[in-house]
Amino acid sequence: MLREKITELKHLLIQDAGLVEDMISRSMRGLLEKNADMLYQVVKNQEPRVNAFDRSIDELCVETIARYEPVARDLRLVIMIIKMNKDLERIADHAVNVSESGLYLIANPFLGSYEDLRIMGENTVAMMKDSINAFVNEDIAMAQLVCDRDDIVDEAGDKILKDLTVLMKGKKDVIPRALALMRIAHNLERIADLSTNIAEEVIYIVEGLDIKHHSGDSPQITP
Amino acid sequence: MDLTGSIKVKNLNFYYGDNHMLKNISMTVEPHQIVAMIGPSGCGKSTLIRIFNRMNDLIPSTRVEGEVLVDGVNIYDKEIDVVGLRRRVGMVFQKSTPFPKSIYENIAYGLKIVGIKDHRILNETVEKSLKRAALWEEVKDHLNKSAMSLSGGQQQRLCIARAIAVDPEIILMDEPCSALDPIATARIEELMGNLKDEYTIVIVTHNMQQAARVSDKTAFLMHGQIIEFTKTTDFFTKPSSKITEDYITGRFG
Amino acid sequence: MKVLIHSSFERTRRRRAIWDRAMVYVLSLCAIGVLFILFNILTHLFIQGITSLNPEFFTNLPKPVGEKGGGMANAIAGTFTLLGLAVCLGVPIGLGAGIYLSEYADLKFAHAVRFMSDVMNGIPSIVYGIFAYTVCVLPMKSFSALSGGFALGIMMIPMITRTSEQFVRMVPVQLREAGLALGVPKWRVIVDIVVPAALGGIMTGIMVTLARVAGETAPLLFTAFGNRYWQHSLAQPIAALPLQVFTYAISPFDDWHRQAWAGAIVLILMVFMINGWAQFYVVRHSRWLSGK
Repeated sequence: MLREKITELKHLLIQDAGLVEDMISRSMRGLLEKNADMLYQVVKNQEPRVNAFDRSIDELCVETIARYEPVARDLRLVIMIIKMNKDLERIADHAVNVSESGLYLIANPFLGSYEDLRIMGENTVAMMKDSINAFVNEDIAMAQLVCDRDDIVDEAGDKILKDLTVLMKGKKDVIPRALALMRIAHNLERIADLSTNIAEEVIYIVEGLDIKHHSGDSPQITP
Repeated sequence: MDLTGSIKVKNLNFYYGDNHMLKNISMTVEPHQIVAMIGPSGCGKSTLIRIFNRMNDLIPSTRVEGEVLVDGVNIYDKEIDVVGLRRRVGMVFQKSTPFPKSIYENIAYGLKIVGIKDHRILNETVEKSLKRAALWEEVKDHLNKSAMSLSGGQQQRLCIARAIAVDPEIILMDEPCSALDPIATARIEELMGNLKDEYTIVIVTHNMQQAARVSDKTAFLMHGQIIEFTKTTDFFTKPSSKITEDYITGRFG
Repeated sequence: MKVLIHSSFERTRRRRAIWDRAMVYVLSLCAIGVLFILFNILTHLFIQGITSLNPEFFTNLPKPVGEKGGGMANAIAGTFTLLGLAVCLGVPIGLGAGIYLSEYADLKFAHAVRFMSDVMNGIPSIVYGIFAYTVCVLPMKSFSALSGGFALGIMMIPMITRTSEQFVRMVPVQLREAGLALGVPKWRVIVDIVVPAALGGIMTGIMVTLARVAGETAPLLFTAFGNRYWQHSLAQPIAALPLQVFTYAISPFDDWHRQAWAGAIVLILMVFMINGWAQFYVVRHSRWLSGK
């Protein structure tokens, strides 16, 4: 019945999220600790598993809607799970991008300590973790916090970008590595954005309130 | 655990006078599954479910061709004891049908008929059946009250308890919730889910969503034929027949 | 325009209301008429007979002509006996036939039997008396309680057949199917489920029939015959209230007339009592069934 299906869906999504979270931290650790195996694992093992989750969650959502006609909170939950599932799948893709750039970077000498990147990575992982915790505990306050934290990651990303721009001036040979670093920073930023999406989706599940794009009077589109 | 309660229908044709009511039906119901049968009014779904316990025998000028095997035995064989068959294949009807007896007697009646007189066994079975049907808590203090004093939903659960008291293998349900409110319906549906581990259940329903919610497999009948018979999830998410799709999306019927 | 329609609507509305009121008055007058007649009969009965209605009436035998007092004890007992005999004959056969017609008979046969029953219900009751006389009294060479009971019993059969068939047939098909689906043989479904479900109706039918035959005089004239004393066996002539009332009413004595009135009162009370007693059980049973 509906309750069981929803429990099953939640379980699947949480497992999926755990896996994706592990992918981000592994791709960062693999880079910082120069562990190529770890990075390969992300690309070769974990990504296909996330794809498998993606398929089963989608199927289960369709089945749940077709068979049990969820309404109100249940409906919001199922629809948001569809969205979160997509968010997670995208996050996994970004983690793969990070790993691939990481594989290039660890094959070459490091451009500094990558401390900023480490901090940015940690924040991103934390955001992602919190957004999932907010989902598990239906904790709106925590979800709100995730949304606010997005700015920190964005700022860190901007700083890295600025530093790299300075670094690249006049040094042709660092450009490929700098571009790889920029790509990582950009991917982490996207992961943080997607985590924010998840947090917003949690708020929608609990309160039925869409807080996305809430700034100003956005035009209403009516069919 | 050995699984009994399978139904295998082979090339079944059923005639009522000159009307060809069921046409070349073949289907298999696995033990301990819930199979739902849906279709527009007059499609033959109720006729088909009544084939399984030979309830159609009661209607004059009907004729059956083909085989219906319950646990491998053809129930339309001449040697079959129909009364015995009906003890193995219980039935719950659209309108709840409590006998004009007490709650206790309603459940015990099926046992008394087969000659069980031991009060201990009777008491135990009554309690067990009522618990199984999720009715015990509501009626345990007034088992001697008339069964007709119960609410519609309770009466229907009583009928289920009565059916399982004689320990059948298969329970047939002919639109068991059509006279019940949504809450009573939900309770029956939940109950069906629980009964599945002991019994095979075949349910006829005109409520498509009910079929979707409770069943493992769904059969769609039209004009006396099975249009589609497949896993319920597939049935409601990607039916293979265009007719099924049109029907369940409300484009006709 | 709107105003026009509205005003004509208003007129028809008033006319409808007047008709409506008038019809209610006519119908209630009919109902009052029924009550009035019934009330008149009863008061008349009581006024005429109440003086003779004393304990002696219930305990004594009739006194010879000329002597004051005396009662109808033997006739009261006789009527009970005759009704008992009639029930023993009429109820099993009538009920059995009713059940058969409803549960087993094919439609044509049931239709034929139903038609016969209606014809039998229309036969004057004296014909039953003559019939009982030829098949009972003549072979036994004596008037008797048995032949009286026989006459009343066969009168009951068609009525009980009709009512019980009707009420058994009214039991929902699903209830029978539920019994059969439980693996119960058909005859047990009928005995255990169908008949109990129709019991209220069947009992009412029996009671109405009983009330009807309790007042019958004609069939008893040449069967039970009447008896001024206590009878000692069912093979002897037996007194009965209607007979006694009849005999006393056509006599030329004022005292007997008064006793006849009293007998009529007792007869009515008896029927009333039997009915009340049966209704009590039927109502109690149906109350229990519906859980109130």
